Amino acid sequence: MNQRYELNKNLAQMLKGGVIMDVTTPEQAKIAEEAGACAVMALEKIPADIRGAGGVARMSDPKMIKGIQEAVSIPVMAKVRIGHFAEAQILQALEIDYIDESEVLSPADDTYHIDKTKFDVPFVCGAKDLGEALRRISEGASMIRTKGEPGTGDVVQAVRHMRLIMKQIRQLQNMREDELYHAAKELQVPYDLVCYVHENGKLPVVNFAAGGVATPADAALMMQLGAEGVFVGSGIFKSGDPAKRAQAIVKAVTNYNDPKLIAELSEDLGEAMVGINEQEIELLMAARGV
Amino acid sequence: MQKRIGVLAVQGAFAEHINILNKLGVEAFEIRQKSDLYHGTMEGIILPGGESTVMGKLLRELEMFEDLKTAIEDGLPVLGTCAGLILLAKSISNDKSRYFGTMDIKVKRNAYGRQLGSFHTISEFKGIGDIPMTFIRAPYIEEVAKDQDVKILAEIDGHIVAARQRNMLVTSFHPELTSDYRVHQYFLEKVSSLSLL
Repeated sequence: MNQRYELNKNLAQMLKGGVIMDVTTPEQAKIAEEAGACAVMALEKIPADIRGAGGVARMSDPKMIKGIQEAVSIPVMAKVRIGHFAEAQILQALEIDYIDESEVLSPADDTYHIDKTKFDVPFVCGAKDLGEALRRISEGASMIRTKGEPGTGDVVQAVRHMRLIMKQIRQLQNMREDELYHAAKELQVPYDLVCYVHENGKLPVVNFAAGGVATPADAALMMQLGAEGVFVGSGIFKSGDPAKRAQAIVKAVTNYNDPKLIAELSEDLGEAMVGINEQEIELLMAARGV
Repeated sequence: MQKRIGVLAVQGAFAEHINILNKLGVEAFEIRQKSDLYHGTMEGIILPGGESTVMGKLLRELEMFEDLKTAIEDGLPVLGTCAGLILLAKSISNDKSRYFGTMDIKVKRNAYGRQLGSFHTISEFKGIGDIPMTFIRAPYIEEVAKDQDVKILAEIDGHIVAARQRNMLVTSFHPELTSDYRVHQYFLEKVSSLSLL
């Protein structure tokens, strides 16, 4: 394994136990940093607004990204459309710390993802199940997150994806070695990655929860289900008091096993984002790029 | 008797440190909130890699900051890696924030630039020999206070990347990300045993 890839996996290690927040302006980035975000994700519109506005969602304006890089000292991530390696080249030229090849944006390629091994900057990719996670890793992703359903404020899909990934990991772990070849075929992933999961009982990279986290309780739930950290997008800046809610979610991730503390954190947070129930969703972002 | 070392676990790569301590036959425990500080004895503490802004903030808000600062000033052995080094530094040249400020060093945050500036190398660590060093958006020590008892333990391209002052040992790289445990052994033998005398 090349050294750059190891370094990129290691940055994700440093983000563990943290909260990564979506921001659309340098001002929001500062609020996120002050609230204790371990990184920010620069994007044009937060997922809830992408849903609201419709149309094609693309990589953010480099000027906005640079403004955010200057505003904060924590790592800055940004999103590119699935398969849009030219957008990724631009972000690498801006020296972004992490690229999210994201189904939240309109996919640029409906067949191929980016060959992430060609880049020096790290990539995080979304996954709904173990096969998808391992396919992204074999393409060069150095961090995985659940897809969940962005911009809905409904945690049900993130829960489903995290439970499924963890369950499939446990299944691989318990298989006989001679069953792993068939498992690789069924999952449509390289055999060596299946062996890694069998031996280690975890993904070879850090796995965060994303998509639908709106409350400290949601964040604690995802951590208890096995997430190593949490992405929060619309849940913060679509709520009544973003700074307070952001801080509460950061503390809930650190002490996800302390219900008494989370009870205190959940008090008086103001309005949570309204959200959309699963049955009311018109556009399923999680179905993009498998 | 088995040594008992706390690892600050509010955010970052604390699991890796715990894993190494366990492999070295040391009992390690997570410190996530104030009550964790007082569950039994603590013969040393590790401040891990992660985001210093996040750790500093959570230390204060979870009301652990003052107690830990006092303990370190009173001689609690401490190993700070990367973000942990920033937490201990008396001054930070490119940041207004200050944390424990117990160690007489001046550090520069994100001194090698963004993630593209992260690198891995093998270099000498005084008293140990050549060891692997992984730098992730790392800081380095710009200078150490001259009239103080700070010992420089490793340098790369003229920048200090490891140092020790009394009970405090810091590295700007991540010894917990490699399978070479000699920095942890050094901490357990040289730093934490000294203070117990």
